[in-house]
Amino acid sequence: MQREGSPFRGVGTVALKEAADHMTSARMHLIMLLVLLTAIGAVYGAIDRIRDTTAQDAYLFLKLFTVAREPLPSFAAFLGFLLPLVAIALGFDAINGEFNRRTMSRLLAQPIYRDAVLFGKFLGGLLVIAIALLTLWLMMVGLGMLFLGLPPSGADIVRGVFWLAATLAYAGVWLALAIAFSTVIRSPATSALAALSVWLVLTVFWGMIAPLVAGIVAPIDPFDPMSVLNRFEWQQAIARISPQTLYGEVTGLLLDPAARSVGPLFMHQMQGAVIGAPLPTMQSLLIVWPQISGLIAAMLVLFTLAYVVFQRQEVRA
Amino acid sequence: MSTVVLEAKGLAKRYGDAVAVAGIDLSVNQGEVIGLLGPNGAGKTTTILMLLGLTEASEGSVSILGKDPLRRPLEVKREVGYLPDSVGFYDTMTGRENLAYTAKLAGMSRELAKERIAAALEKVRLSAPADRPVATYSRGMRQRLGIAELLMRDCRIAILDEPTSGLDPQSTQELLDLILDLSRGGMTILLSSHMLDVVQSICSRVALFNKGRIGFFGTIEELAARIGRGSFVIDVEADGIDLGQLAGKTDGVTSVASASHGLWQVEATRDVRSDLAKLVVEAGGRLKNLDLRRARLDEAYNRYFREVANAA
Repeated sequence: MQREGSPFRGVGTVALKEAADHMTSARMHLIMLLVLLTAIGAVYGAIDRIRDTTAQDAYLFLKLFTVAREPLPSFAAFLGFLLPLVAIALGFDAINGEFNRRTMSRLLAQPIYRDAVLFGKFLGGLLVIAIALLTLWLMMVGLGMLFLGLPPSGADIVRGVFWLAATLAYAGVWLALAIAFSTVIRSPATSALAALSVWLVLTVFWGMIAPLVAGIVAPIDPFDPMSVLNRFEWQQAIARISPQTLYGEVTGLLLDPAARSVGPLFMHQMQGAVIGAPLPTMQSLLIVWPQISGLIAAMLVLFTLAYVVFQRQEVRA
Repeated sequence: MSTVVLEAKGLAKRYGDAVAVAGIDLSVNQGEVIGLLGPNGAGKTTTILMLLGLTEASEGSVSILGKDPLRRPLEVKREVGYLPDSVGFYDTMTGRENLAYTAKLAGMSRELAKERIAAALEKVRLSAPADRPVATYSRGMRQRLGIAELLMRDCRIAILDEPTSGLDPQSTQELLDLILDLSRGGMTILLSSHMLDVVQSICSRVALFNKGRIGFFGTIEELAARIGRGSFVIDVEADGIDLGQLAGKTDGVTSVASASHGLWQVEATRDVRSDLAKLVVEAGGRLKNLDLRRARLDEAYNRYFREVANAA
């Protein structure tokens, strides 16, 4: 049956309301405080380290995001770990919260489609994350210029902006996951726990699970050198199920112009290459294009799942 | 003949094997106040959701102002306001902000919304607390805020699900006055409630739901007549006689029931007060009181469902 009227009516209104809610919520303030503190710690460590050791290093500016000083991880690694937490905090009660506040039936009785509610909530969360990310990124750039006295080059900015976009897609995956759980599970506490478990498994334990599974699927034959490669490829394929792996690869390539590949590299492939020479920005981007597509695809799949469940859900609580 | 604004034909809803609504026909005219009555689980809320297009019917069709709510939901929802059972608002936002949000969703301009919200809040007497967070509102205030939303949106049809449940008598009365106000303004109102005196005081017609069907649809007088009793009820208080034996033969009396010692309840199809007075006096009894009242909905309701249960 054909419905009349645009499904996007009201999306903007819902999104802006959600964004305003997030901006003023104690939950968001707490988690942004955490992110801000770790970011400052990371950038401080990085600046210290860059000053000490690599005064003549190229691409100093991008190093700001990737260099770490023990025991602190780098800024990029921090984001890879903490951004899912931010996204889950924003999304875990998106839909079931409306049911629990008993506002869902009233909201759906307004002249808008259900699509607008779900899409608006996703966009609202993404908007808040984008604002927070942009602020953090600008802060990093500013601190770098202040302490290192080094303006970023045009290529650095382009790489930085692409990396920012990829980071947003990465956050979008987790936001879509949290919203999907909030649609399927009626209790916000349970949905938060479910999303956090997935986060723990994929960011902390996946690195241990992938080699194990790869070892079972493709055991190494001591008489066949190719089996080592086979196993490594299996391991990498399994590891890439986790968005964090994909994001790590994107970060590695985009923020390090000297990086050439995310997979195994053979000596003969390196023949004639100038070790350490930077790749053009577009070439780096091309290498991680599949990873970025993968992140966006994961986001779409999770959102579609939430959408299908939500459209079929009964309104009465 | 007034125009039909809402019409349902053969409306049914099944959840797997469970039947929530088993075929309902309903036709509501412009400006009417309809009471939807029935025990819990009789299918009232499901019917309301199907009328609004919030739940897809398994069978049957709905037409609201000539439009199908499943095919043209936006147009229908613009004309129909819904106040759900124990309505929820966003607790951290103020009453005014909550209304501003729905006004924006309805596509109103900022100036128009501001004006209408102020007027609606004034009408439900929430102007003073309008800028406090809804978390501080009492239940009655929330219901009134819900009515304010309907006022602001200027709907032609309002569907209220249990608007008075859990309210104290004073808030109930206030809410009823507001609903009557809406009705006088030309709004067609469907109202589901368990408080039968509430329904009786404001509804022009009632629909009795029973096991997913509408068992009866009409005025309260018609209901009283339909279940085999007159629409006149007379309380008689007298001493020294047995009215039960005397009045049974009087023309127009349908039943005489002894309520307690010296007190009878006579049901009749016409005003039989003078006949009863004569009977009592001629039999040598002392007449103390004769009180005529309209058939009460709660009595009719209880008897209707007793009969239905007996028939089953």
